[in-house]
Amino acid sequence: MDGLNIPLNHILLVSSLLFAIGMLGLMIRRNIIFILMSLEVMLNAAALAFVAAGARWGQPDGQVVFMLILTVAAAEVAVGLGLVLQVQKRFKTLDMDHANRMQG
Amino acid sequence: MSDTIWLIPLIPFLSSVALMLFGSRLKITHIGVLGVASVGISALLTLVLAVEFMQNQQEIQASLWTWMEVAGFAPGISFYFDGLTLVMMSVITGVGFLIHLFSTEFMEKDPSYARYFAYLNMFVAAMLILVMADNLLLLYLGWEGVGVCSYLLVGFWYQHNANGHAARKAFIVTRIGDTAMALGLLLLFTELGTLDIQAMVGAANQTWQIGDSIPLVACLLIVCGAVGKSAQLPLHTWLPDAMAGPTPVSALIHAATMVTAGVYLIARTHGLFLLAPTAMTVVAVIGIATSLMAAFTALMQTDIKRILAYSTISQIGYMFLALGVGAWSAGIFHLMTHAFFKALLFLGSGAIIHCLHHEHNIFKMGGLRTRMPVTFWSFMIGSAALAALPMTSGFFSKDQILLQAYQLPDLGPSLWMAGLLGALLTAIYSFRLVFVVFFGQANTEPDKDTGWRMAVPLSVLCFLAMIGGYFMIPVAEVFPASDGSHPAHWVEYVSISVPLVGLLIAYLVFFNRRLNVDGLANSTVGKSLGNFWLSGWGIDWLYDHLFVRPYYGLANLLKSEPVDGIYGLIVALNQTFNHWLSAAQTGRMRWYLASMVAGLIILITLAANLSTGVLQ
Repeated sequence: MDGLNIPLNHILLVSSLLFAIGMLGLMIRRNIIFILMSLEVMLNAAALAFVAAGARWGQPDGQVVFMLILTVAAAEVAVGLGLVLQVQKRFKTLDMDHANRMQG
Repeated sequence: MSDTIWLIPLIPFLSSVALMLFGSRLKITHIGVLGVASVGISALLTLVLAVEFMQNQQEIQASLWTWMEVAGFAPGISFYFDGLTLVMMSVITGVGFLIHLFSTEFMEKDPSYARYFAYLNMFVAAMLILVMADNLLLLYLGWEGVGVCSYLLVGFWYQHNANGHAARKAFIVTRIGDTAMALGLLLLFTELGTLDIQAMVGAANQTWQIGDSIPLVACLLIVCGAVGKSAQLPLHTWLPDAMAGPTPVSALIHAATMVTAGVYLIARTHGLFLLAPTAMTVVAVIGIATSLMAAFTALMQTDIKRILAYSTISQIGYMFLALGVGAWSAGIFHLMTHAFFKALLFLGSGAIIHCLHHEHNIFKMGGLRTRMPVTFWSFMIGSAALAALPMTSGFFSKDQILLQAYQLPDLGPSLWMAGLLGALLTAIYSFRLVFVVFFGQANTEPDKDTGWRMAVPLSVLCFLAMIGGYFMIPVAEVFPASDGSHPAHWVEYVSISVPLVGLLIAYLVFFNRRLNVDGLANSTVGKSLGNFWLSGWGIDWLYDHLFVRPYYGLANLLKSEPVDGIYGLIVALNQTFNHWLSAAQTGRMRWYLASMVAGLIILITLAANLSTGVLQ
């Protein structure tokens, strides 16, 4: 492994920052699209940490888990966008605070 | 007749039941006829019985059936008839009949005419059972029966709150005495094994010596019952309030018959009291104290019925004095004459109230002498008898009591002096009533005079109140004979003259106003003393603060269920937590997330702090 050698700590720091940004977005944003995007950010933050860890110890597991996360994220987006459409159809808005009832 | 003695209480009882069941469907004249005739027949039967008794002097014991039989205790529905019973029965049915007749006119306009006569007949039946009972348990049945009827009739006009209050007061205050009396009966039964009066007194005389403690306790408990029923100190407060009932009721129940039941009870069980001289002294002292207290109070009252009520209390005090000094027959004699003249006075006041649009204040009457002559003469004769003026019925009975009281060793002369003071006051307040109501300036116009149904009972009672003193009551066989000695002549002369002095004082103060007492009455001491007497010596106030209000306070406290409060607190706590937790369930995702993150941070911080050693 020549060339660029970034210390693991730095990568973990970036990963944590990304995770925090995603979580903050989840908490602050009301628009469901942004919430989904924040979720993606959080997932990718976790994935980044796995990749970095795999690279650090020279193991393929990190990348395997990354692939898994990517798949889960894709599936989640598929379901999530379906929900977005339903929310838009029922409440005529994308504001999640309006969808606070158990019954439609 | 001796076989059919049970008919006498049965007839008014049946009439009462009939009036209760069918009263609303009967015509008003039929109700009146039924109500009056039933008591009238009883009175006639009593008269027949009296004539028979005068001839053969035979006591009657009539057992109808056994009431109950438990472990050797078998009280019967059985009657005992002797001279004492005869006197009481004559008063109850005779005076009762006159008062029933009076009521037909007095209550004419009342919508609850049938209910009134149903209660009144029931009262007569219960009172007859009381005096005819052969055992103390049956007597107690009659005792409570008259109490219930008294309650129903005091609260007869129940639409007014105050009347209901008076009725409850009458019931509860007498109940205090009745409870003590029930304890006395239980004590007698456990000690002697029987409640049949004759057998019991015989057993008591064999078991106990004079001055033993058990008869003393039993007698004191019986006195408690008598004190409650006969409105003596300290349980007298219900009687003035009981005047809330219709006036004929006051005449029958609260003057002539029921309130004298206590006197009858003590006279009936005199065999026990002879074993407990202390109890007799207690009775005498209660009697004279009540008599004086009530006489002073009557002096200040302005409500015509309250004057008569306090005068009743005072006169029953004399009867208690008589019983206490062992002048049994004098006490019963005064009971009879008092029934005549007090019923007369009450019916007279009823006539005034009836004709004067329910006016009770004597100072708003005045000058009724010429306009209501029958009532005027009733009151003159009734007051003369009440004040014990010579040759009236009250004179003979009260004189006997005072003279026999004088002869009691030790306490006698002081009891006699106090009795004389009471007699003086009695004369003053009774003629104050006559002079204020019937003489002087007219203040209200009566819209009618009495009809015949009022006038006849008044006239008959006038006659009885005049000549009642010459009756010889047939109780010589019942009571132990007195020694027959007479005190010195001056004692008799003083006893005779004191009521005349009272009459003179009342005449000077209230009639020709030669003697002006306004200055005395308006002085500071006079005024406060007058108010003190007017309020009945503040006893009502005292009881109100001592018993009634603390009881209300306690009731109010318990109304809020303090014990349940503990469980309520647990429930409230759970509900509060529930509210807090359910408030978290907003349905807003962002809040859930935020709280999750907050929890996570707290957990991580905690873990980091707790396990610093591990991490490093």
